[in-house]
Amino acid sequence: MHEYSLVQSLVTRVESLALARKATVVHRLVVSVGELAGLDPELFQTAYDTFRAGTICERAEMELRRVPARWACSGCGREIPKGEVLTCPDCGLPARLSAGGDEILLETVEMEVP
Amino acid sequence: MCTTCGCGDTSLVPVDVHEKILAGNDRVARHNREHFAEAGVLALNLMGSPGAGKTALLEATARASGGRWRLGAVSGDLATDNDARRLEKAGIPSRTITTGQGCHLDAELVHNALHGFAWKDLDLFFIENVGNLVCPAIYDLGQAANVVALSVTEGEDKPQKYPVMFKGADLVLLTKCDLLPHLEVEVSKILDGLRRVMPRFEAIQISAKTGQGLDAWIGWLEARRAKVARGTGAAAHGHSHEHPHGHGHEH
Repeated sequence: MHEYSLVQSLVTRVESLALARKATVVHRLVVSVGELAGLDPELFQTAYDTFRAGTICERAEMELRRVPARWACSGCGREIPKGEVLTCPDCGLPARLSAGGDEILLETVEMEVP
Repeated sequence: MCTTCGCGDTSLVPVDVHEKILAGNDRVARHNREHFAEAGVLALNLMGSPGAGKTALLEATARASGGRWRLGAVSGDLATDNDARRLEKAGIPSRTITTGQGCHLDAELVHNALHGFAWKDLDLFFIENVGNLVCPAIYDLGQAANVVALSVTEGEDKPQKYPVMFKGADLVLLTKCDLLPHLEVEVSKILDGLRRVMPRFEAIQISAKTGQGLDAWIGWLEARRAKVARGTGAAAHGHSHEHPHGHGHEH
């Protein structure tokens, strides 16, 4: 249940962004969650909706974008299908994860500024 | 201000951030990592399920290393300090980080635990995480490597069920191997599962009870220690330690 502590980090970050721009209201957040980021998107949404009351995010809907995780050889780039051994059958090199496949990123914050 | 007519109304602006939500944690983790590197301490994040044998493994490590290293540990625990007390008894100076309801350690908790603890004199510093195969996986603590303890009693499909934890592991210690004769578990299936979630597969079959695999584990630690020892000193990693510290005191 680290979803609640992640929401806390998210709200703190949005608060400082809003403060820096003297924003009065935050309307919308976009967060991208990688398939292998170790975060349950639905649980995260629930945690956000519970926690945002009384914060700068009170009126801000959160849009979650799911980013798929794809593995490919770190040498030749050959795709390694999910569930396969993560070593390239051609080069013997370890697989590398696609960009964002294991990240939780705050992408955009829409806010009302004076 | 409204830029269309200058009426004084507020305007709606999208601000592009594109930043990790855990950027704050990662900053503190980098800070911890610099401290460890500068002091020449090999810091390891030991993770695994509750009951995987993390504490027993550290006790066995103290026995098997035969005093060649100065060991120390912090143990994340929801409610007790039992692990730290066990480790102290085994000759590993330890601290408990009581997390309360917290399911994982973060970089700040580890940083705070370093205060008043003689960690700089250590060769090996174990961060025994809260028993949990999910949450600890995504928090960088400033460790040099992640070691995951997975006991053979947990089932053959654990690697595929918890890919995030094993993806980030530098080494998996397959613990309680002395129990294998009593179980219907095929080690080859666990190892195969690990190869499908760990891009740089490395695993050691181990038993804290019989001592099986401890030589290989000590060898792995030795190789990691050698890397740290070579990198010791501010010049080696370009970090003069003159950076603002933020908490206003030495540790």
